[in-house]
Amino acid sequence: MNHPDDFALDGNAVAGPLSEIFGVDVTSIRVTCEDCGATAPLARVAAYVRGPGSVLRCRSCTSVIGRFARSRDSIWLDLRGSTSWQLRATS
Amino acid sequence: MSVISRGFGGRGSGSDPRVPPGQYVTDDFPVLSAGPTQYVDTEDWRFDITDIDGSRTTLTWERLMALPSEEFTVDIHCVTKWSKLGTTWRGVPVSSLLDGLGTEAEYALVHCYGGYSTNIPLEDLLDGKAWIVFEYDGGELDPVHGGPARLLVPHLYLWKSAKWVNGIELRLDEQLGFWESLGYHEYGDPWLEQRYIGD
Ligand SMILES: [Zn+2]
Repeated sequence: MNHPDDFALDGNAVAGPLSEIFGVDVTSIRVTCEDCGATAPLARVAAYVRGPGSVLRCRSCTSVIGRFARSRDSIWLDLRGSTSWQLRATS
Repeated sequence: MSVISRGFGGRGSGSDPRVPPGQYVTDDFPVLSAGPTQYVDTEDWRFDITDIDGSRTTLTWERLMALPSEEFTVDIHCVTKWSKLGTTWRGVPVSSLLDGLGTEAEYALVHCYGGYSTNIPLEDLLDGKAWIVFEYDGGELDPVHGGPARLLVPHLYLWKSAKWVNGIELRLDEQLGFWESLGYHEYGDPWLEQRYIGD
């Protein structure tokens, strides 16, 4: 369904750095888009990783549902655009 | 489309005075994107210039094409560390869009189809330092590289050269853009290696 020159990868492309932030395997996190209400596992959102930082977009409506970037000594996270992130508790 | 791997096949930057610190030279033109490629028909293309008093000037493609354009060759530098030397573009100097306004603005927030934005001090858009470009290497600018028209500000890191531009919001204060609000430097001078906030 992607346009041939749409450079989106699936969410697994950001599993490494995001798992580092959250301290859990993030691919099963369920993210709900604020714009259209669609919920999807992180592994299935669109990830644009060839840029200064990474951008996660809803596959249903293309809205930005998260962004993160790494600077020299920090990780920057912006989750505006998503209503919720549901992580499985491990106790 | 090949994935760029840093330092592979690129020439070292050590000896070439055209290459800023920490950059390597590539002959490719990597596509960097924060979202889906925008396909904007020139018939639908609009460019809004909004001044600090809210007054708006709208440019159509026809009017853009009627302005004097120039062809120029510059080096471009991406914060992801590649530089591309001797790239040739055609476009309209941003100063020719703004000079008549007599604005008192100090900053510009550049807006794009697809929602991207970037902030630039107004003086960095004037005096032949920035263009709205619509040709690359003698041909129409490909949508994946920002066609039909992108901003080109070659003296700053390439994230400032926003693709698919559709407006300039003139401002008295500096409002941070898409990457500048997520840890990237508000100005982005490659020669000073201003990659991140605080550099
Ligand atoms: Zn959505």
